[in-house]
Amino acid sequence: MSDFSEHADAEQRDVERPAKCELSFTVNGTSRTVLVHPMERLLDVLRHELQLTDAKEGCGEGECGSCSVLLDKQLVNSCLVPALQAEGANIITIAGLTDGAQLSTLQKAFLECGGAQCGICTPGMLLSARHLLDRTPLPTLDEIREGLAGNLCRCTGYMQIFEAVSRAAKEENARRRTGA
Amino acid sequence: MRSDPADYKLVAPGRLEAVLSLLAEEREEWVPIAGGTDVMVQFAAGKLASRQLVSIWNLRELKGIAVASEEVRIGAACTYTEIRQSDVIAREFPLLATAAQWTGGIANQNRGTLGGNIINASPAADSLPALMAYEAEVILVSIRGERRMPYVGFHTGYKTMQLRRDELLKTICIPHRFDGYTQYARKVGARNAQAISKVCIAAVGRISGGVIEDVRIALGSVAAVPLRLTEVERTVQGNPVGPEIIARVPRMVAAAIQPIDDIRSTARYRTAVASNLVVEFLDKLRASESTP
Amino acid sequence: MENVVGKSMPRKEGRDKVTGAARYIDDMTIPGMIYGATVRSQIPRGKIKTVSFDPRFDWDEFVTVTAQDIPGRNCIALILDDQPCLADGMVNHPEEAILLLAHSDPYLLRKAMDGVRIEYEPQAPVFSIEESERQETVIWGSDNVFKTFLIEKGDVDEVWSAADYVVEGKYTTGAQEQLYIENQGVIASFDVEHGLTLWGSLQCPYYVHKALMALCGLPAEKVRVVQVETGGAFGGKEEYPSMIAGHASLLAMKSGRPVKIVYDRLEDMTATTKRHPSRTRHRTAVSEDGKILGGEIDFTIDGGAYATLSSVVLSRGTIHAGGPYYWPSVRIRGKAVATNMPPHGAFRGFGAPQSLFAMERHMDRIAQVVGLSPVEIRRRNFLKPGQTTTTDQTIREEIDLEKMLDRALELSDYKAKKEQFAQEDPRANTRRGMGIAAFLHGSGFTGSGERYLASVVGVEADADGTLRVLVSSTEFGQGTNTVLCQIAAEALRLPYESVCIAQADTDQVPNSGPTVASRTVMVVGNLVRSAALGIRQTLLAGGLLRETHSAEEFRAACAQHVAGHGVLRSFARYEAPEGVFWDDQKYRGEAYATFAWAVYVAEVAVDLSTYTASVADFVALQEVGRVLNPVLAVGQIAGGVAQGIGFALYEKVVWQNGRMQNGQMTNYIMPTSADLPPIRVFFEELGNAHGAYGAKGIGELPIDGPAPAIINAVEDALGMRFDSIPLLAEDIFESVSIRSPGELLATGGK
Repeated sequence: MSDFSEHADAEQRDVERPAKCELSFTVNGTSRTVLVHPMERLLDVLRHELQLTDAKEGCGEGECGSCSVLLDKQLVNSCLVPALQAEGANIITIAGLTDGAQLSTLQKAFLECGGAQCGICTPGMLLSARHLLDRTPLPTLDEIREGLAGNLCRCTGYMQIFEAVSRAAKEENARRRTGA
Repeated sequence: MRSDPADYKLVAPGRLEAVLSLLAEEREEWVPIAGGTDVMVQFAAGKLASRQLVSIWNLRELKGIAVASEEVRIGAACTYTEIRQSDVIAREFPLLATAAQWTGGIANQNRGTLGGNIINASPAADSLPALMAYEAEVILVSIRGERRMPYVGFHTGYKTMQLRRDELLKTICIPHRFDGYTQYARKVGARNAQAISKVCIAAVGRISGGVIEDVRIALGSVAAVPLRLTEVERTVQGNPVGPEIIARVPRMVAAAIQPIDDIRSTARYRTAVASNLVVEFLDKLRASESTP
Repeated sequence: MENVVGKSMPRKEGRDKVTGAARYIDDMTIPGMIYGATVRSQIPRGKIKTVSFDPRFDWDEFVTVTAQDIPGRNCIALILDDQPCLADGMVNHPEEAILLLAHSDPYLLRKAMDGVRIEYEPQAPVFSIEESERQETVIWGSDNVFKTFLIEKGDVDEVWSAADYVVEGKYTTGAQEQLYIENQGVIASFDVEHGLTLWGSLQCPYYVHKALMALCGLPAEKVRVVQVETGGAFGGKEEYPSMIAGHASLLAMKSGRPVKIVYDRLEDMTATTKRHPSRTRHRTAVSEDGKILGGEIDFTIDGGAYATLSSVVLSRGTIHAGGPYYWPSVRIRGKAVATNMPPHGAFRGFGAPQSLFAMERHMDRIAQVVGLSPVEIRRRNFLKPGQTTTTDQTIREEIDLEKMLDRALELSDYKAKKEQFAQEDPRANTRRGMGIAAFLHGSGFTGSGERYLASVVGVEADADGTLRVLVSSTEFGQGTNTVLCQIAAEALRLPYESVCIAQADTDQVPNSGPTVASRTVMVVGNLVRSAALGIRQTLLAGGLLRETHSAEEFRAACAQHVAGHGVLRSFARYEAPEGVFWDDQKYRGEAYATFAWAVYVAEVAVDLSTYTASVADFVALQEVGRVLNPVLAVGQIAGGVAQGIGFALYEKVVWQNGRMQNGQMTNYIMPTSADLPPIRVFFEELGNAHGAYGAKGIGELPIDGPAPAIINAVEDALGMRFDSIPLLAEDIFESVSIRSPGELLATGGK
């Protein structure tokens, strides 16, 4: 005989259901305000409230990195950030690192080296690479491995991703030296 | 996503006193959330018991790494990244910096906190053995004031600890005690990154004339709580590091730990590896005297 | 001189992928869309007694679908059609779909799933190959056996008396999860006038099309299946999508609303297909000088609760069981059995990784018994041109496996490393070893499969001279879009930029067969070439084009044709090559139009303080006919090797009562960037008469070899036998712990 008695508790809770709150932050350079529950995941706020679908859900537990975004310049897994904690933050997704028709050095390198196959890990992977290069402009292979260890890729075996990051690093550095 | 955000309260008062007032509330329980790298995983899995959360993510009083004359004080809400970036920790407490590097990937290190690691109290938590080995002390705060205790007694059983209902972990204090000691830490997981540890060791020691003068050995993932191997320490202290001591290690370690079979590994494996890591530490200790 | 083929032309959909513009199924919404969810069995086997609904919910708000609501046949049409879409009275595996719910609020939907309580009358389940074979409990058919195959060559029963050695071995492989980073997902929409439309993350639109026709009782023209950008598949989205598509379609039909179903990781891992676990037994008669005289191979796979694709996986595994060696006589018995696990299914390699693991481990065993090196034993037994395979297929190309072996050994520095490792202190903490695997992989469908598929390909030309490739072959990272466009461009001497490929939409493209079996470039690519040439032929015949023409002239000719005759389209249909004969009854003859060949070498280090084995270096050398796009080809090999390394050392499915216990990324361990060695990829090209521009299939080949190469290397390092994968540190520990330190010293690998 099924026992549904625990729903009595739920009814009690229903009465005190928390309200949504208005949260503002900057996403890819644009100021946005949303009305959401404070515990809504930042990933879901981006994907559902703001229709920005470039951050993906691969695991829901911060293992695969396909939900990675830059939050106040820090790489984070947006599936693990409650919306309230992102209030006032400056959030960047891969779309925010894309300058119209112009591809960045990193994006071009991924295309040339085969760093993207099915592409589902690519937005997160690119942001992790960007985060790495912003801190370590000329990373060794070990530093690249470590920097990207939080982004799982099932297609490439990582080789061509490392190559792409390495190539982009060299090109960015060359450009910095010549002031281009 | 197996929870409904609409069922949860999350507030961020932004001030420590306001947070402490909430924690002291009799009627309802409020649970703190810092970086969310544990809490949000439980939330997404539909396994988060508490429905009321208070954010302690950027509380000023819980941040920062301060150097005092007798100790270094780490705010409980310091992230692993902040720990990795700290010069004083790199210099004096490298095992803690190493543990921070082990935890998750960069994205999780940017959000995971030392305090969260302690309070979540997974037996496999990466930083806890280092804190044990360094003889850390913890400062707990509530509306009733602060109290301080040695970390070694903090965990009393599986996910149970000396934390009162209205208390928040505020600071982790590590004494300037182990300067010049040989430092050793190792984590054994199913892969090189993003792995929950199967066995984890942090150990410090000082050797002179081939004799162990002082030693602290701590292990994670081999019991319900992180362990200081006090019996092993007592036995090796004052003795030369030689084949006799090494030969006794496996039995001593096996007697000190209570590992289990679980989804990740086996008790037998954990016991063997724990023993091997202790031996590895003692070997490193011995070798440290010959290398300047 | 080729302009486009053979070059690393940029990925057609690459820009969208690196800018975040690529749209996967969960990125899509349709006006009025609601969400669907699946209530699943919590027991492995038994009768459904009652289904009750918690009155706390207003069930009128929800769409509910059970087996009783199915308009057509309650099955996922595939081969035997034994798998129900929704369990009807009986469940046969944990996580079997029983009931469907839909609602506009996905959070409420999740709660409502808990509000459905199902009571069962459990029956005795079967969880292993051995249990299934005992037939004490019969759970499928009359004997738990989905399928058997028998391959016989020569006179096996005569070899034993002549043998100088008889070498036996038993080898097992575990289940492996495909772990595409994008979970399964579909959106279905239905209205009476237009019928059913299904968008999804999938490999085979026409498989889904066929399944939905049967399930929903709709004619072909009332079902439309559209593949959207797919985030990895590896076979896991070959047959399973028909199930999730069926579920969404039933909900859409009942509700009149579009329905999206997207799994989360836990549901995807626990409820969908995995690689078939296997057990292979070898008994081999070997001569004094190490030549295989004959033998018996017994290859058994666990198919899970329903037949699904097991017969085809079995077929490939059975045919590959003899490896790249000459067997004067052999008897190979293949068998697929039923257990009460979620049905196992397609995963890159499709039976070959399992039987080739056994063969390559067994070769090292034979070497030890006979007293030869792993190198020499292979040299003496490699197939040579003119010799026949286990199915009596004559090797007609000039493949020189000995030369490939030599090259692989040189590239991997095998000899020097072996010598160096043999001299290393046996009491050192780290023991190192080298391992070899030699293997082959048949491209395209087995035997008469391609003939039955009768694939059709179209190419269309617009008035502005743009070519559009029309195929049902799908892109999911392996490069379908890019390479097929390269082929079309090359055929007509057009710039790569002027060729595009249509979305795989059954309303727009013909059935060029499923995107499986490493057939896309070789078989479909060849048809693309033909169809493209057909366009040219039409223009030539119409006097609008000369034999040699520029791209500009081609464009003008297209404009003229379209203005005068309307649409310009050409189709090509598969025709089996001459003299290719396969006997389905005797399982003998030309099993595949061609084989790709490979020799892989692994360097492994075992840390004896933690008993962990890791791959320090990996050389992957393969002969693939022709490399049509170097960057993409290297990517395929590296990715396949990475999955093979996972198969060998990391990826274990933990089962309890038929249910996967580690259905999360935290606990199902795939290698991260910090775990993989440099994977060094090298090619040889012998061409292929049956493949576009000489190409052979390469998608699955690279996952066949890594596991045995690695385990051979572990044995070399430790002097211990391991015949089961995945090989975890705990397994190595158990083996080491029963040896005394002295023994470890004495039996270091040869």
